[in-house]
Amino acid sequence: MIGWVARRFAQMVLVVFGVVTLAFVFAYLVPANPARMVAGPQASPQAVASIARQLGLDRSVWSQYLSFLGRLLHGNLGVSFVLQGRTVASEIATALPYTAALALGGVLWEIVLGIPVGVIAAYRPRSVIDRVATFGALLGLSAPPFWLGLMLIYFLAYKVSLFPINGVGHPLIWYLILPSFTLGVGGAAFYSRMVRTTVRQVLRSPFIEFARLKGMPERTILGRHVIRHALLPVVTMLGMDLGYFLGGVLIIESIFGIPGVGQLAYASIATIDIPMITGTVMVAAVFMVLMNFIVDVTYTLIDPRVRLRRGR
Amino acid sequence: MSDAALAVRGLTVHFRVRRGLVGSRVVRAVDGVDLALGPGETLGVAGESGSGKSTIARSLVHLTRPNGGTITLGETDVTSLRGAALRRYRRRMQMVYQDPYDSLDPRMTVRDAIGEALAVRGLSRDRRPGEVARLLSRVNLPDALAARYPGQLSGGQRQRVSIARALAVEPDVIICDEAVAALDVSIRAQVLNLLKDIQRDTGVAYLFISHDLSTLRFVADRVAIMYVGRVVEHGPSLELFAEPLHPYTRALIAAVPSVTARGTKRLHLAGEPPDPANPPTGCPFHPRCPEAIDECRRVRPELTVVGPGRSVACHVAVRSFRSPRSAAEPSR
Amino acid sequence: MISIPESEAAAVVGVGETAALAEPRLWRRALRSLAHDPVALLSVLFILLLVVVALFAPWIAPHNPLEQFPNGLSDVGAPVAPGARFWLGTDQAGRDVLSRLIYGARVSLLVGVVATGLASAIGVVVGTVAGYAGGIVDSVLMRVTDTVLSFPILLFCIALIAVTGPSTRNVVLVIAFAYWTYLARVVRSQVLSLKEREFVNAARTLGVRHATIVRRHVLPHLWPTIIVYGTLGIATSILIEASLSFLGIGVPLPQASWGEMISEGQQYFQTAPWLLVAPGVALILTVLAFNLAGDWLTDLMDPAEREGGR
Repeated sequence: MIGWVARRFAQMVLVVFGVVTLAFVFAYLVPANPARMVAGPQASPQAVASIARQLGLDRSVWSQYLSFLGRLLHGNLGVSFVLQGRTVASEIATALPYTAALALGGVLWEIVLGIPVGVIAAYRPRSVIDRVATFGALLGLSAPPFWLGLMLIYFLAYKVSLFPINGVGHPLIWYLILPSFTLGVGGAAFYSRMVRTTVRQVLRSPFIEFARLKGMPERTILGRHVIRHALLPVVTMLGMDLGYFLGGVLIIESIFGIPGVGQLAYASIATIDIPMITGTVMVAAVFMVLMNFIVDVTYTLIDPRVRLRRGR
Repeated sequence: MSDAALAVRGLTVHFRVRRGLVGSRVVRAVDGVDLALGPGETLGVAGESGSGKSTIARSLVHLTRPNGGTITLGETDVTSLRGAALRRYRRRMQMVYQDPYDSLDPRMTVRDAIGEALAVRGLSRDRRPGEVARLLSRVNLPDALAARYPGQLSGGQRQRVSIARALAVEPDVIICDEAVAALDVSIRAQVLNLLKDIQRDTGVAYLFISHDLSTLRFVADRVAIMYVGRVVEHGPSLELFAEPLHPYTRALIAAVPSVTARGTKRLHLAGEPPDPANPPTGCPFHPRCPEAIDECRRVRPELTVVGPGRSVACHVAVRSFRSPRSAAEPSR
Repeated sequence: MISIPESEAAAVVGVGETAALAEPRLWRRALRSLAHDPVALLSVLFILLLVVVALFAPWIAPHNPLEQFPNGLSDVGAPVAPGARFWLGTDQAGRDVLSRLIYGARVSLLVGVVATGLASAIGVVVGTVAGYAGGIVDSVLMRVTDTVLSFPILLFCIALIAVTGPSTRNVVLVIAFAYWTYLARVVRSQVLSLKEREFVNAARTLGVRHATIVRRHVLPHLWPTIIVYGTLGIATSILIEASLSFLGIGVPLPQASWGEMISEGQQYFQTAPWLLVAPGVALILTVLAFNLAGDWLTDLMDPAEREGGR
């Protein structure tokens, strides 16, 4: 067990290293001259050159790469080119709470919508509920989130004024209901189908037959066997969704005007703020990798057979 | 050794089997096996599942890499060949697989499957159709089948196609790994007769692996009985079936009513074969053996020659041969 | 006859027979199953319609999609509502929405198909090599795949396009770069199990070269997977293209694209809802059709996987 966790951890470190390297390569290959970006359009060539020297841009790729890695080890993501004097780390720290709240909301919607619908559909296959759920799920999977978001804003915020149109305020949860719903609806659709399939499989398995023969009430069967079996795979994927959402959901944040990591990234892309771009990209990737790792480990702790089965 | 088509010395294959999340065990699937096969001869290898017989087959055709021992084909040591040299050698030893539903590519017609083998032999494209027809008639299949897909053939027909494919590269040795096990009894006899005919005509040698003793009795000149990775008895087919020496062989034969030798004690084979990852000390058969003596629990018996072409790995059997009383009495 | 307790042979007969029988007659089976499945039939027909519309856009579209009609704006300069002259109305620049929608189908399909094709090619090569070679090659390729998979690919791609400048080619490359990992994983696991099949062993035993084995015995068996994932991939690619265009870094202006139409329409939505509804519905129907067709193909290719999730 410990050996496995150690190996899995080493794998994770390797992937993080790959991600960081990819981010560096990106920053290095960008055709824009960072020194010019910092110095501003009016700066003299001498000023640009001196800034380039300050930033270490005149050194070799390898030396730049090494000092980039060294800074990262100290948690230093660099200084923004555009926002004077602000560090990338502090900007991300300011934006992160909004993204985290939004991500949690999205996952919550996925659970609240996806699992019950899937279970009900599985219990009543080919019924009206099942068909509506199936079609709704397909629609949810097919609708572009940005369009869905705009529709929700138009009908529920603009026409009926049920919710604020955009931005954030107090209480925050009020401002996050629509965005988190938009975020979660696709995943909810996916999970409802997945749960339906697993529950159908579990319901057909011999131990459920046996439980019924024993006279166990359907409610107990559902609670004790069905839900538990159906939930395990969903929980893994939810964990990964959370990791993905925490990286910032650019489109939804920008439609609803939420000042999260995604917005920050988008804004820095627009201004070609290289340290900010690589910083946000790296943070997002690390969240993803970390959640992946945590999910894998907890999953294996709960049920050691899982690893063996999945390994096949 | 030069007159042998195939000689195997001390073949050893280990598998690493994972146990739980950490730790692994070494399974000695094949543990120091010697086999020799002359041209035109059929050697039968018998044993329960897990006895290592299929592992031998797979390491002979280089699908599994052995951990020790040598494989000699004719004059060549082929144990550690790789790359192009291995490809050249592969032609000389072919295999007919157990599962006729899986050993032919479902997306390839019979003509293409045999043609692939002919291409390996280096036959030019324009000569292949004639050769396919010849090979199909050799295995008693009509030429019209050449355009069919495996899904459109019966199990027996597929196995004949597999044999034709093996013959296409003109091998010295064909390994039949449970080649008739999946077939109906009536078809089984046909295919076995076909294999015998082919051997008579071409002089190919067979290594015939089967759990079914009646099949081996029908085709094999010599038989080796395997138990948990080792040969426990070896001898000419007639003698071995007439007078089995190892209690395990006797139990196997006793379980086949039609071949029960007169005078053989009927034995009930109790229990399961041991876990190959954790074999018992001494003779691996002793927990199931009705004749086990104290020595069997402590000392592992080696394969000992007890007569012309006959050997056995059993303390009790060897002792009875060595004792004067037994030597005085003719064994038959 | 069977003398030794032996399970190896027991379950063999009959396995894979139906699948094997079915292989050469896929087309006929497809047509027959379409006849019994109205939803699948509808989605396949919709895709065909879309292809026709995209191919013959210049003949089908009632107007030039880029022309700013003088009568395309109302007296106060607002978009004109759907009517006899402009069936789906006009946009804020006085252009015909229906014509833009038709030309937009071209962009969606082109990007979807080309990007998915490219992603499939990369994914199949990486997955096949990793699965077939195994060992260290497999480990390295899979770690690379993991890295790309855990990268915030959309964000990264947006940054890449922002720097290199938006172009249709860049959009295609970016989407392909994001999607190949999925196929690589699926293909790898398929190749791993194919590698254990006896017919592959038989070919190896014959002395067939690895490259030939892969070409002749492995790749043909991957087609069902490639077709299913390709169809689903087109749906995903179309969505990503729309998202990129929505953010203004997709297909360059003034070319019409559904995502860009939604993006431009959002400011005028309160007064001209058709600007959002038309491209949105087109997008949903298209993606839905490809998803449904993908589901249908999954069932068709592998009857055992009926009821399968996703």
